Amino acid sequence: MLWLAIFFLVPMGFLGYQSLQSGIFPHFRFTWEFSNFTTALSDYHTQLIRSFLYAGIATVACLLLAYPLAYWIAFRAGPWRNLFLLFIVAPFFVTYLVRTLAWLNILANEGPVVRILRDVHILAPDGRLLATTFAVISGITYNFFPFMALPVYVSLEQIDARVLEAAKDLYASPTQAFIRVTLPLSAPGIVAGTLLTFIPAAGDFINAYFLGTPNQQMIGNVIQAKFLESLDYPTAASLSFILMGTILVLLLVYARVVGTEKLTG
Amino acid sequence: MTDRMTRDELLRRGAAGASILTIPGLLAACGGGGGGGGSSSDDVNDVLYFANWPYYMDTPATLKAAGIDKPTTLQQFEKKTGIKVKYYEEVNDNPGYFAKVQGRLSRGEGIGRDIIVSTDNDKFLGEYIDNKWVQKLDKSLIPNIKNLIPAQQHPPFDPNREFSLPWASGMDGIGWNDKVSDPVTSVKQLLEDPKLKGRVGVWNSMGDTLGLVMLENGDDPAKVTDATFNRAIARIQKAVDSGQLLKFYGNDYAAILAKGDLAASMAWSGDVANLADPNVHWAVPEQGGIIWTDNMLIPLGGSVPTASTYMNFMYGPEISAQWALGANYISSVKGVKQAAEKLDPKAAKNTLTFPTDQTLSQMHQNDPAMLTNEKYNKKWLAVQGQ
Repeated sequence: MLWLAIFFLVPMGFLGYQSLQSGIFPHFRFTWEFSNFTTALSDYHTQLIRSFLYAGIATVACLLLAYPLAYWIAFRAGPWRNLFLLFIVAPFFVTYLVRTLAWLNILANEGPVVRILRDVHILAPDGRLLATTFAVISGITYNFFPFMALPVYVSLEQIDARVLEAAKDLYASPTQAFIRVTLPLSAPGIVAGTLLTFIPAAGDFINAYFLGTPNQQMIGNVIQAKFLESLDYPTAASLSFILMGTILVLLLVYARVVGTEKLTG
Repeated sequence: MTDRMTRDELLRRGAAGASILTIPGLLAACGGGGGGGGSSSDDVNDVLYFANWPYYMDTPATLKAAGIDKPTTLQQFEKKTGIKVKYYEEVNDNPGYFAKVQGRLSRGEGIGRDIIVSTDNDKFLGEYIDNKWVQKLDKSLIPNIKNLIPAQQHPPFDPNREFSLPWASGMDGIGWNDKVSDPVTSVKQLLEDPKLKGRVGVWNSMGDTLGLVMLENGDDPAKVTDATFNRAIARIQKAVDSGQLLKFYGNDYAAILAKGDLAASMAWSGDVANLADPNVHWAVPEQGGIIWTDNMLIPLGGSVPTASTYMNFMYGPEISAQWALGANYISSVKGVKQAAEKLDPKAAKNTLTFPTDQTLSQMHQNDPAMLTNEKYNKKWLAVQGQ
């Protein structure tokens, strides 16, 4: 409880206090300035919606990529399991920033990926990957991939092999067994992975900063710029609250849809 | 913003406390405020704590490249004065550094630095001085201040140079990579030439970018009105909407320009010199460029005598000449070119470090009122999608 008070309630209270201030740096006064919220919302709803859209797409992409991989590691990799898990986690030994910067080189106009895609005419001769929506969403997907893969792996790995045998004995086809048995049993992992991916992705700003243009800026970029560049702390604080509130609402809706027991595993 | 001591500070204070071993000494060491060396007396400290931008100091490597066989200016300072210099390349951009230190400064506490550096075409330099977060220089310890060039003696943010002294100046212009582009010598070309579409960079700092656009528009960047501001921002907006601009950059444009992902970009003179890439060229735009200056300041808690001693050292023409040749930026010290010619007759022909009078006559300065205008700053972020 004490930890919760120190590390959650106190900063939140401070942020809330700041979000209701008015004035110009460094002379802010506390004036119950609720208009900070409405102004912020009307000025930056584009970036807010975009953030949730990108985070949503990236989460789905993560799931589609991570599930087969986790499945394969859990059921097919045998003694090599830990090695493959290490491969998933290994990029995390490098800083977030550096990992994202690497994509600057990979997706660069003169880089290998663009050259190949141009040669096979998927990209127009003057087409590019860097500084596109595709690059930003790919970056987010890449950076949060382990947050999806690991929980899914854990839930798959815990499935009792005898349950699957039983399904086979009861004449379930492999597809039926997967849909009726494996998938429901791995649902807690999927739910946990979705949350772990979606929530930080919605507030991310590094990917849009390095891999995007002004047309891909997310709400995290706005908050960052308000805090560090325009020194407009009240707007930055109210935007943070709006982001948090929206995530909370989405979370409740999600919990309602999938059922709370799966959230708690 | 954190109040906790860094490990470094802790060790330093511990050491200070142990060496002094007096009650006041210990109190000073634990006081949290802490200037550079932990004391705020009138004495010169043993150590100078100096925060600066990267690539802003002569090093053995850059001196070698410039053909100068001498110890670095920092080494010479340490030898001459016995003051050790702790040099931190920790200023990466003005807003970021300001955000880092303003919490402590606003409470009247030191930041563990005796000298910091801030640029005059950003609003933060004015914030430091107007909020009294910096201390007055001790000019009795800076006799070499007589070498300050007249153009820098009365800047608007500090009319009598009570709080600041120039560290280095540089010029805003256009860089291009000749592997992927023909010469680009005007802002119009940069923002509108279809051959450059999607491969153009501008800065994310308002003064630099809009200053060059205003000159292109035939407007005066030193005297900004709503009309001229809006005209400039509309031109940038158009380039964003048409996809002409790849991105708004900090200092990171240089490497991308060298790689060729950017065909052309607004570029700082010294960066292009430091890239030393034969394919990357730099020019003052046809309609003129912007000149800016980084200024040394003594933050609260810093040791004024120690910092002033260093400033005096750097304002000797010979030292400044060596530094300019090693760091590729412009010095504000009188007689520096003559001194540089003695060090290396060729190097003084480097027009980026020693711009000709003709180049300087094409240079303009930003309107300080534009930099601090809240409305303008908001519009500037909006054009960047923020």
